Amino acid sequence: MKRNLFWLAIVLLAAAVYFGLLVTVADQYLGADLSLGLPIVARTLIAFLGGLAALVILIVVDDFSNLSRPKAIGLAGILFLLIGSYFGLFVAPPEQFMGETQRIMYVHVPTAWFALVAMTLALASAVVFLFGGDYDWDARMEASIEVGVVLAFLLCCQGAIWAKPTWGVWWDWDPRLTTTAVLLFAFLGILALRKFSEDPHKRAMWSAVATIIAYVDVPIVYFSVKWWNSLHQQQSNPNTVSKPFWIPLRANAFGILLLMTAFIMLRSRVAALRLKHELAPPPALSGSEIGETV
Amino acid sequence: MLIAALRKELLLQWRSRAQFMAVFVFGAAALLLFSFAVGPVAEMLRQFSAGFLWLGLLLSSTLTLAESFHAEMENRALEGLLLLPANPRALYYGKAIANWLQLILLGIALVPVMVVLYDAGTTRLGLLVVVIALGTAGLSAPGTLYAAMTAQVRSKQTLLPLLLFPLIVPALLASVKATSLIILGDPMNQISAWVILLVAFDAIYWSLCGLLFSRVVEE
Repeated sequence: MKRNLFWLAIVLLAAAVYFGLLVTVADQYLGADLSLGLPIVARTLIAFLGGLAALVILIVVDDFSNLSRPKAIGLAGILFLLIGSYFGLFVAPPEQFMGETQRIMYVHVPTAWFALVAMTLALASAVVFLFGGDYDWDARMEASIEVGVVLAFLLCCQGAIWAKPTWGVWWDWDPRLTTTAVLLFAFLGILALRKFSEDPHKRAMWSAVATIIAYVDVPIVYFSVKWWNSLHQQQSNPNTVSKPFWIPLRANAFGILLLMTAFIMLRSRVAALRLKHELAPPPALSGSEIGETV
Repeated sequence: MLIAALRKELLLQWRSRAQFMAVFVFGAAALLLFSFAVGPVAEMLRQFSAGFLWLGLLLSSTLTLAESFHAEMENRALEGLLLLPANPRALYYGKAIANWLQLILLGIALVPVMVVLYDAGTTRLGLLVVVIALGTAGLSAPGTLYAAMTAQVRSKQTLLPLLLFPLIVPALLASVKATSLIILGDPMNQISAWVILLVAFDAIYWSLCGLLFSRVVEE
């Protein structure tokens, strides 16, 4: 069952990469039509849903025993990131208004997507843990929070790098930027809480509760800051993003998706192993040791 | 049940009223220090007075909240309370309401300090009290829940603000905005929007934290 689900995820991923990336590459650089007659909306939807479903399935069916899978997925992710960076830096033309600065969008936008995805995974793991009590989900929650924190931190850095030449300041009190920063600190606090609590049961319960509370805060922070102050690029969609920009954006999106999946799988493995170690009874004293202490 | 829990908390707070005084002095000292950070420009201090009041209140509230589970941690009293045939939710709401009342009192006590130091007088005192009540409600609901966790771990003094500060950003923002509009005048009548935001924040966290509290203290 789990084996079949794993391969289902791979098939979904392949479909997502095919319709999201290969069709556009072939159209742009080979002049071939590989779309199989599907309209662009359907292709985008398959790429989006297929990628997300693959991510969820891969993480859910992972039982922390197999090390080669996350390694292979991570390597594939790095490969996609290399391809995306090559296209983004050398192939895609500079943007009309922002020039070369805009190229950071090829990593910034996918980072933003998957920071949110990682936090959502953390929320889902917290809810499943609170209602089911399965410690595998505690491990997945820890992994998702940590990966989400790293992505949110990268997001803030990339945003600052982009904002300096564009807006003239490193930081701006825009709703999305501020929400990301608040989210980063909220989840860092949960990681600190996990570090400081020694009882594995309490640690799991508390961090699940704190994750739910912190996640609920996200929309409230967003809207309150939006009322307070606003200045940010409107979100783009496939209709407002010109075709040459698609390829690096999507290649990087798949790259971060795969890399994130691999990191979460590896990190939850570490968390599960540590928990096993903590819950294990202390090793029995062997005869010779008793003799020595006496 | 809730009444009994609340009575216990209020009695505890009354018996330790010296602590309230200490927290108030801390808050007032913070307000004094903020003015040194800006400089003796009366106009600017008046401009920032609402922000300073809420920052002072927030900093002092972490002291109050961090102490709020102090009595329960001694002699494993929390376990004893949980063994009572009562819903832990009543325990939570009793404590949260007691903390809330104490923070309202603290906020009201800090207002004269703010008025004197920053020349930030206002005649709309009723509205100011409402905003203080709603804002401190936003601090006390998640603050009490987090205090229940952090009271049981090492370095609780660091951990509580670390968890609480990012969370209450919307409440702080709305309270500062509303208070500042009360003090500086509200020509566009924006105050109601911020009050609604505060009410929404309070409603969400007072219900959510009550639901989740039993998971935090269960053994």
